[in-house]
Amino acid sequence: MSSEWPLFEVFIRSKNGLEHRHVGSLHAADDTMALENARDVYTRRQEGVSIWVVESRHIKASNPEAAGELFEPAMDKIYRHPTFYELPIELKHI
Amino acid sequence: MSKEVNLEEQFQARIDAGERIEPKDWMPEKYRKTHIRQISQHAHSEIVGMLPEGNWITRAPSLRRKVGLLAKVQDEAGHGLYLYSAAETLGISRDELEVQLLTGKAKYSSIFNYPTLSWADIGAIGWLVDGAAIINQVMLTRTSYGPYARAMVRICKEESFHQRQGYEIMLGLAKGTPEQKEMAQDALNRFWWPSLMMFGPRDHESPNTAQSVRWKIKRKTNDELRQQFIDITAPQADYLGLTIPDPDLKWNEERGHYDFGEINWDEFWQVVKGNGPCNRERIEARTKAREDGAWVREAALQYAAKKATRNQSKAV
Ligand SMILES: [Fe+2]
Ligand SMILES: [Fe+2]
Repeated sequence: MSSEWPLFEVFIRSKNGLEHRHVGSLHAADDTMALENARDVYTRRQEGVSIWVVESRHIKASNPEAAGELFEPAMDKIYRHPTFYELPIELKHI
Repeated sequence: MSKEVNLEEQFQARIDAGERIEPKDWMPEKYRKTHIRQISQHAHSEIVGMLPEGNWITRAPSLRRKVGLLAKVQDEAGHGLYLYSAAETLGISRDELEVQLLTGKAKYSSIFNYPTLSWADIGAIGWLVDGAAIINQVMLTRTSYGPYARAMVRICKEESFHQRQGYEIMLGLAKGTPEQKEMAQDALNRFWWPSLMMFGPRDHESPNTAQSVRWKIKRKTNDELRQQFIDITAPQADYLGLTIPDPDLKWNEERGHYDFGEINWDEFWQVVKGNGPCNRERIEARTKAREDGAWVREAALQYAAKKATRNQSKAV
């Protein structure tokens, strides 16, 4: 079977002031083509003002099975939140 | 074994709690397989669905109609892409998916095996076929598999123009000359029943439904969705002054729904099995597209490789 074009992930900034967001993926021969195709597929109705594409294999993703060790340590650290600190109600602007 | 059972229970608990499943999460093999089958079938439908409509782009009666239809068909290509991408997150390659379509291993919606004989068919397809698809797709925006649900949200945003585009065509014809109205009626006659078949077999003949509902792949059954479609569409036909070709169709005050006649399930299964009017033609067209494009895909890869080495030697 013929070799497939690599897979790219597409990120779009919908307007200045907002971050780029992942919108989907596509296959392309190289990054220039990926950018052009992303323009054609993902911004047909003015959905964006800027596009990033990156080959999917370059993304290192965390493993859901490691979610416990990665994210649980933050769960009992309620002192990182403002509501942990008890102040009188009559106090303003703090 | 018991570990597997345990994982499956945990998985079901996550679904019951309304959690979404993402690509790298553990999932039962059957959940993965069912999704590959359903998402790819959906993707193939978008792509094959471009053929009957593409048939009329060059013959659209006005520039306004032409740009509308062109934009719609272009959207369907995008829908195919979103869905193929979602299927690929489950560990199947685009190539395999395409081969499954061309060898008949994977199905697509049988509605696209009917021919588009007149311009009015383009109206009927937008109105009825996209209308039926929307009902299914709106439900699927809440499906349990994250990438599928996200693709559906994107698709639903684009779909509503498709249906309005179709209904406007029908409206123009229905309010036009007697010949035009007759064309519209004829298109409705031919596309009504196949549109109802799009929702799939009756619930009691759909063995996968129970599991799909449990996994929240589907949130409504085929019969529920079909009824919803008929209830929405019947008044729209009245508005056009056209007659739905079903003598048993009538409002049932007690049920709060329309009653309707029996679908010709023999026809449905014939078309699913490959004996519809256009099954062969559709697959031939897709095979030709794949074969004719092979050298372009190959050349683009070669060019990309050459450019990459050139850039590398420049950097040294
Ligand atoms: Fe679509
Ligand atoms: Fe559509």
